[in-house]
Amino acid sequence: MGWNRKVLRVNLTAGTCTPEPLNMAWANDYLGSRGLASKYLVSEIDPKVDPLSPDNKMIMATGPLTGTMASTGGRYTVVTKGALTNAIACSNSGGFFGAEMKFAGWDMIIFEGRSPKPVYLYVENDKAELRDAAHLWGKTCWQTEETIKASHQDPLIRVSSIGGAGENQVLFACIVNDLHRAAGRSGVGAVMGSKNLKAVAIRGTKGVSGIKDFPAFLAAANAGKKVLADNAVTGQGLPKYGTQVLMNVINEMGALPTRNHRDVQFEEAGKISAEAMHEKRPTDGKPHLVTNAACFGCTIACGRISKIDETHFSVKNSPQYWGASGGLEYEAAWALGAANGVGDLEALQYANLLCNEHGMDPISFGATVGAAMELYDLGILSREQIGVDAKFGSAEALCQLVEMTAKGEGFGKELGLGSARLCAKYGRPELSMSVKGQEFPAYDSRGIQGMGLAYATSNRGACHLRGYTVASEVLGIPVKTDPLVTDGKPELVKAFQDATGVFDSAGICIFTSFAWTLADVQPQLQAACEGDWSMDKLNAVGERIWNMERQFNLAAGLSAKDDDLPPRLKTEPAKSGPAKGLVNGLDKMKPEYYKVRGWTPDGVPEKATLERLGL
Amino acid sequence: MRVTVKLYATLGDYLPPGSKGNKVEIEAAEAAAVDTVLRPFSLPPKLTHLVLVNGVFIPPEARAATCLKDGDTLAVWPPIAGG
Repeated sequence: MGWNRKVLRVNLTAGTCTPEPLNMAWANDYLGSRGLASKYLVSEIDPKVDPLSPDNKMIMATGPLTGTMASTGGRYTVVTKGALTNAIACSNSGGFFGAEMKFAGWDMIIFEGRSPKPVYLYVENDKAELRDAAHLWGKTCWQTEETIKASHQDPLIRVSSIGGAGENQVLFACIVNDLHRAAGRSGVGAVMGSKNLKAVAIRGTKGVSGIKDFPAFLAAANAGKKVLADNAVTGQGLPKYGTQVLMNVINEMGALPTRNHRDVQFEEAGKISAEAMHEKRPTDGKPHLVTNAACFGCTIACGRISKIDETHFSVKNSPQYWGASGGLEYEAAWALGAANGVGDLEALQYANLLCNEHGMDPISFGATVGAAMELYDLGILSREQIGVDAKFGSAEALCQLVEMTAKGEGFGKELGLGSARLCAKYGRPELSMSVKGQEFPAYDSRGIQGMGLAYATSNRGACHLRGYTVASEVLGIPVKTDPLVTDGKPELVKAFQDATGVFDSAGICIFTSFAWTLADVQPQLQAACEGDWSMDKLNAVGERIWNMERQFNLAAGLSAKDDDLPPRLKTEPAKSGPAKGLVNGLDKMKPEYYKVRGWTPDGVPEKATLERLGL
Repeated sequence: MRVTVKLYATLGDYLPPGSKGNKVEIEAAEAAAVDTVLRPFSLPPKLTHLVLVNGVFIPPEARAATCLKDGDTLAVWPPIAGG
C-alpha cells in the first residue's frame, strides 16, 4: 500500500504527540509528500496567516515510494506557508531522514502551535516525545546532530534541524538533515525556528511493509534502475560531474546570471565549474572533489563531497572546516559565485559550508549578497553600513558576509531579510532578482525564455524545481526546444509543472526525470499502492496539486500581478551571447499560459477547471 | 581561419595533451563545417551530444552543413544535466 497510513500530530503549544490515521481519501487524490501534505496544510490553516505565527503549521512528509527500493526513494518534503514568500512552500530534501521517518512507521508529522521553550522531537518507532532543547539552542546543525546522536548513544538516529539562521528568523533559513542535505527554499527553517522546534530526531527499525504487490514492485523498481543506469545523463554524467557540469553550458549559452543579473555571462565560469572541481590544486596537488555521494536508495549519486584548500584565507586558521564535506552543487556555486562575480572556488566552498552548518539557503543568501553588492556599487549602501568592502567579485566580502548573516551580526541581519525586503528598504525594490520574494536560481530567463514563465508562475516563488524547462530548452530532454523563442513555452511549462508535482509527491528525486518519464514511475506506484494509478490519474494528480497550491496563494492575497519578473529581465536586453539584445517575453507567454491552464485572464482557475480536477 | 574548440566533461580527455581550461585554438580551413572541425578529435558519436556554435545549439542533422567562420567558438558536451 506504499503508505504507513499513520500521521503524527505534534502540538507544540500543548506539548503533545498524537497519532492519527492518514486520510486515505486524500491520499487517493494527492498521492503523498508534496501533494498530500499540501492538502492537509490548505485544509488546516488560514491562508492569510502570518508564516511566523503559531497559527501556521509545518508538515514533514514522505511519499509512498519513500523508504522503498525505488531508486532515489529517500525524499521527504517540508510543507508550510513560507516565511520568505508568504506563499505555499514545499521544500524537498534527500539524504536519509525521510526514509527513517517511514521506517519508524509514519507518513508525515504535522507540527502546530509554538512551544514555550526550545524543544526537539524524538521519535523511536511508535514512541514520540518532545524533549528539552535548551542545550541545543544556539548550536549549529552539525553540532545539533552530533549532540543528539551522542546523548541517545545511537549513531543511526537521523536528524533534521535548524541552525542559528532558523533560530534568528533569517527569512531564507533552511532545515538541514544528514549534515549537508537540506529542505532549502522559501524560509521553512525560519518557520521551524518560530515554533521553538530545534530538531527532529528519528530512529526507525520497522522497514517498509505493505507494498501491495511486492514481486511486481521489485520488477518495476529494477526496470526503473536499469533505465537510470543505461542513460548517459543519470548513469554517467551526473555521478561523475554532478549538477555543476552545467556551469560552462549555461555560460556558453549566455544564460548565466552574473553580478545580480547585470550580465548573462561570467568570465570566470570555468574556474567554478565541475571541470575545475576535478583539477589538481597547485597548493596541495589534490582536486577539490573527493568523491560523489548518494542519498538513500539512489542509483544516480550526483552529490559532491569536497575538501577545501587548507591554505585558503577563509579557513587557514579554522581547521574545523578542513574535512571533506558536502558541495559544491551547481545552484550554490552559481549563487555564491557568478551572482556576485566571485570566481574563487575555495571561497564558494567555504560559504557553502557555512550555509550547511548554520542552515541557510545558499541560493537566496548568495543572490541577496549580489543585490547588496549592486546597492554598494551604486553608492546606495556604504562600506560603513555594510561593514566590508562589498564590491562585486570580492571573495573576502562573500566570506565575511556569510559569517555575519549566519551569526546575525551587523549588516548580516539585513541580508537575512532576503533581497526583496533589503532592496525595498533602501528604495530600490527593482534590484531584487526575485519572484514572490524568492530569489532566482541559476538560469537567466533572457537566454532561456521558458524559465521566465516558469519562475513567474511558480507557486513557491522563483524556482527551477517547479518546472525545469531547462531540460528541454538546453539539454534536449525529452525533446529539444529553442531557448530563445516564446512559442510553445506555455504548454511546455505546464507539462513540466504538472509532472514535477507527481515526482515530488511520490517520494522520489526529480533528477530521475532526466531519464524517466511518468511512464517509468507509474508501474512502480501501481505496484506499491492500492487503487488505480494509471497515467491518466497521475496526470490529473499533478494538475490538481498545482491548482490547489494556486488556490491557496490566491486566498493568501497573491494575484496575477505577482506572477511577474523584475523589470531588468523585461526591459534590459542581454548584453552578450546568443540572447544578446533579447529580454524575456513573459508578457506574451503569460496570457497564453493562463488559457492553457484553464484560468481566467486574471490567473484564477475557472470553475470548470476546478470541477474537472475535483477541487 | 582560427576557431576555438571547447570540449567539456568527459570529452575533455579528447583534447590535445597540455590543453588548459577545456579548450584549444586550432587552424581550420575557411568555412569548414562543424563535423569537419570536430573530426580530428575522434569524439565518440554517442558522446557528441550538445554542440554549440557561439552558444547556439546545432542539431545533429545540421552539423555537416553548418560552416564556421574565423573567430567562432565550437563547444561540445556529452549528455549531461543538472539542476
